[in-house]
Amino acid sequence: MGFVHQFWQLTIDGLMSGSLYAVIALGYTLVYGVLQLINFAHSEVFMLGAFGGLFAARELVNNFSDTPSGMASVGIVLVGLAVGALCGAAAAFTLERVAYRPLRKRNAPRLAYLISAIGASLFAVNMAGKLWERQNVTMELPFTNGTVFHVFSAEVNTKTLVIILVAAVMLVLLDTLVARTRLGQSIRAVAQDADTATLMGVNVERVILLTFIIGGLLAGAGGFLYAMTFSASNNMGFIPGVKAFTAAVLGGIGNVRGAMLGGIVLGLVESYGGYVFQASYKDVIAFLVLVLILMVRPTGLLGERLGRAA
Amino acid sequence: MLLELADVEVAYGAVTALRGIRLTVDAGEIVTLLGANGAGKTTTLRTISGLLRPRAGQVLLDGEPLSKIPAHQLVRRGVAHSPEGRRIFPAMSVRENLLMGAFHDRKHVARDLEHVFGLFPRLQERVSQAGGTLSGGEQQMLAIGRALMSRPRLLLLDEPSMGLAPLVVRTIFDVIAQINAEGVAVLLVEQNAAQALKIANRGYVLETGQVVLDGPSGDLLADDRVRQAYLGEDVAVPEHDLPHQLAK
Amino acid sequence: MSTTSATPATPSVAPTPPPSQPGGAAALGRAAAAALFSLAGLRQLGVCVLIGLTLALMTGPNGKAAEPLGAVRHAILAPRIVTYLIIAAVLWLLIALWPLARPLWSMGQAAARGPVTAVAQQRFAPLGLNLALLIVAIIMPMFFSNAAVTWMVDGVGIYALLALGLNVVIGYAGMLDLGYIAFFAIGAYTTAYFTSKTAISAHFPVSLNPFFVFPIAFVLAAVAGVLLGAPTLRLRGDYLAIVTLGFGEIIQLIANNSHWTNGPRGAFGVPHLSIHLLGINYSWKLDPKPYYYLLLAIIVLVMIAFGRLERSRIGRAWAAIREDEIAAEATGVPTLRLKLLAFAIGASVSGFAGVLFASKQFFNPQIFSLQASFLVVTIVIFGGMGNRLGVVVGSVVLQGLAFYLRDKVPATDRFIYFGAVVIVMMIFRPQGIVPSRRRKREISLAEHGVGHADSLGSAPTSESGAR
Ligand SMILES: Nc1ncnc2c1ncn2[C@@H]1O[C@H](COP(=O)(O)OP(=O)(O)OP(=O)(O)O)[C@@H](O)[C@H]1O
Ligand SMILES: [Mg+2]
Repeated sequence: MGFVHQFWQLTIDGLMSGSLYAVIALGYTLVYGVLQLINFAHSEVFMLGAFGGLFAARELVNNFSDTPSGMASVGIVLVGLAVGALCGAAAAFTLERVAYRPLRKRNAPRLAYLISAIGASLFAVNMAGKLWERQNVTMELPFTNGTVFHVFSAEVNTKTLVIILVAAVMLVLLDTLVARTRLGQSIRAVAQDADTATLMGVNVERVILLTFIIGGLLAGAGGFLYAMTFSASNNMGFIPGVKAFTAAVLGGIGNVRGAMLGGIVLGLVESYGGYVFQASYKDVIAFLVLVLILMVRPTGLLGERLGRAA
Repeated sequence: MLLELADVEVAYGAVTALRGIRLTVDAGEIVTLLGANGAGKTTTLRTISGLLRPRAGQVLLDGEPLSKIPAHQLVRRGVAHSPEGRRIFPAMSVRENLLMGAFHDRKHVARDLEHVFGLFPRLQERVSQAGGTLSGGEQQMLAIGRALMSRPRLLLLDEPSMGLAPLVVRTIFDVIAQINAEGVAVLLVEQNAAQALKIANRGYVLETGQVVLDGPSGDLLADDRVRQAYLGEDVAVPEHDLPHQLAK
Repeated sequence: MSTTSATPATPSVAPTPPPSQPGGAAALGRAAAAALFSLAGLRQLGVCVLIGLTLALMTGPNGKAAEPLGAVRHAILAPRIVTYLIIAAVLWLLIALWPLARPLWSMGQAAARGPVTAVAQQRFAPLGLNLALLIVAIIMPMFFSNAAVTWMVDGVGIYALLALGLNVVIGYAGMLDLGYIAFFAIGAYTTAYFTSKTAISAHFPVSLNPFFVFPIAFVLAAVAGVLLGAPTLRLRGDYLAIVTLGFGEIIQLIANNSHWTNGPRGAFGVPHLSIHLLGINYSWKLDPKPYYYLLLAIIVLVMIAFGRLERSRIGRAWAAIREDEIAAEATGVPTLRLKLLAFAIGASVSGFAGVLFASKQFFNPQIFSLQASFLVVTIVIFGGMGNRLGVVVGSVVLQGLAFYLRDKVPATDRFIYFGAVVIVMMIFRPQGIVPSRRRKREISLAEHGVGHADSLGSAPTSESGAR
């Protein structure tokens, strides 16, 4: 009876974290699409975006004596998102240039990329710890977190609504970009066959860089949303990173819509599961899901249609 | 001269694949490149389109060296390459594949699509089917069509008849002749020497990374060594005339 | 992968006159100026300045969350920046003028090569070298303080042993295990469980001598490795990395949350190692030296065993898998089983090390952090994957530096440097400081498009149909 009572609330919570996972998962899946490699340092892109967005938004919030409202709230959230996205993009750009590109020029074995990414991740996590202390950094919400409406028995508050809406907008934008634009066309071409894409006049190096940047924009904005609601810290990236990766695999790595679906499904599973099991083991659920998919259906829910929009 | 390879050498690590190739293609010509498996034909085409870089020697297009030009800009200069094994984008539809051919310049897309569909009506019937699900022959048509979408001056074709039924091979060769008649120079790599020499103006025979024979198609067709090695004919050839590989 | 250049596309350097030529000085000056102020030269300058700024930031003061740009300001907009700009400038000169100096360098190298290689190529040289190193290792503790010897056990020795185990996974089988410390934790908690009634809440009915726990932990860790590896290894090789990463985290999570393990308080009072045999009664107590020699003996034994393994049929099969997994599979090498074996061997060495560690000192879940796993990876990469001596040297150098710099570099900053070291190694010297000759060749072959040099499988660039 408890579960039934809680069902809608758990659903709403699951959707909220799931949409964040989806936003981060896209970064894994896009890079996997064009390079066939797991970007282990993507979680640090998320972390750096989170710090950037949080610091910018916190600065603005501190200028108000009360909780901002109306246009001011919208403005602050947008600034936080933009700064977070830019920091994420800058981090992803640097990562690509420093940790991946030199290896690609040498045509290094794939093991080398994984290791290099681990190095980048170590560097970023501990550098952030040095620059901004090793603790949780929080900010005050730039809006009043009241209940906006009810879904059956569940309350949907402003925070949840903001996250779900922003994530939804980003997902739609990305989907359109991949499916309809010229850049999307070249991303899909590189994902399917990089050499042939070159023959068609696609600048593969540029596409790879832009793919990293797009993943960074999304993860950075997602990082801000996360930091705004919870907190930011130098090692915050790890858990959401593993979960987002799980989401990407769940949907079918390389598959853009799969990552979105995988994120939402994982968020829901985790939310229901966290209620059924002990909350402190909630993080284990994602891992179990990962191992389970790998055993049962390693190509994910929608299959690894590499480079395909759907 | 449209294309010239001046003593081009290419190596994969320690393996030397091309050992000083000289080859030219003039505007409007069909030139065929023959050779056994592993002779270096694909390597030659991939070097021309910049996917591989020569260790020595130069590739010149309109007399200008290509060494500083990134591979992806070659299509802008009028070189289109239909690679070995077709390399269709499997998850893209026929139409999307064709649009990829016009990636660098989409001014004439509508007209060029018509043109390709005129050459290969089969493609029009399957315009929204995924490239990966086409038959081998259809994929080959798509690969050639895709290359044509870039309005090339020079078309590089790597074994367009590989694995196809004789009737489809005929269609493909007819289309190659037709494309050439419209003014496109073609460098054609083929195992099917008889048919290739029939439509080509000139030909080169490659062996372990070297040109061992070249000349007008007629001469090559008449050459006993070519007839024995590539046309499968039984001809008595004096031993000492044979380059070492052909002798086997 | 994209444009595979058959010959690496090095920026072509204009042929420069050899420096000894008459009137060479002026020509050399002009060549130097040309190299420095060309477009490429100026780009290099930019890169060097960025490196300098990064170094300034790495070595700079710690910042505060309340003042996000504070650390940057104090590290970069301060007089100390001059030092780092000088470093950047020197670096730039070295890089940009290297092409000019190269002829000199190779001339010197050729001159030096003769005698040096003659010595190195004698058959007994490796043996002699190993013996010399062993003797150094044996007498070393006599010259060091107690604190240093303790570190030589906990910091250098244990990690050398761990690195030897992980080397089987990374170096021999060409896979990546990022939760390696989890098996170490399994070993440690197993020891607490079997040897003491009080160390953690869970305990075995009888308390065993820690020596008996070695085989138990060895087997348990191997089983855990198989359970984890079996479902994962079938798949794309890079999935193993992330699954082990998650596993490492979960083991730590369980250690932290379960009351069986005493949660965050950790394990107290695991008995020390002791021998009671044939009238000999000896216990390892608080003095680190006996531990050091025990560990040294174990490391030497493991090195010898792994050396045999490397040259055995199994070792050759691993090499075949690294070079071309599909071909190996086709010639009847049971690739999946062998990869699993490597993974399990690595895990059991880690479990084994855990017993040693637990019987020496107090531990809590914090020891088994993700960072510890990463540290072992760093040591293997830095030392030279695939080279037993290399990974031990890696541990000695990296952990030795960590000890030497313990007062100058805050412990928390260490991993910034480790991260940088890993990236730099991957860019410039993926084979490590003491490379395995075979591994080095494989990497270079793979870079020319021959083979893989890992067993992550070839990445699918396209679905069926194309290709
Ligand atoms: N990626 C590679 N790595 C190493 N060697 C290669 C590679 N690609 C080709 N080679 C070698 O280069 C030589 C020439 O190969 P190429 O593909 O150009 O031959 P080809 O004439 O196209 O043969 P085919 O008729 O079978 O297509 C062969 O010996 C081949 O083994
Ligand atoms: Mg070929």
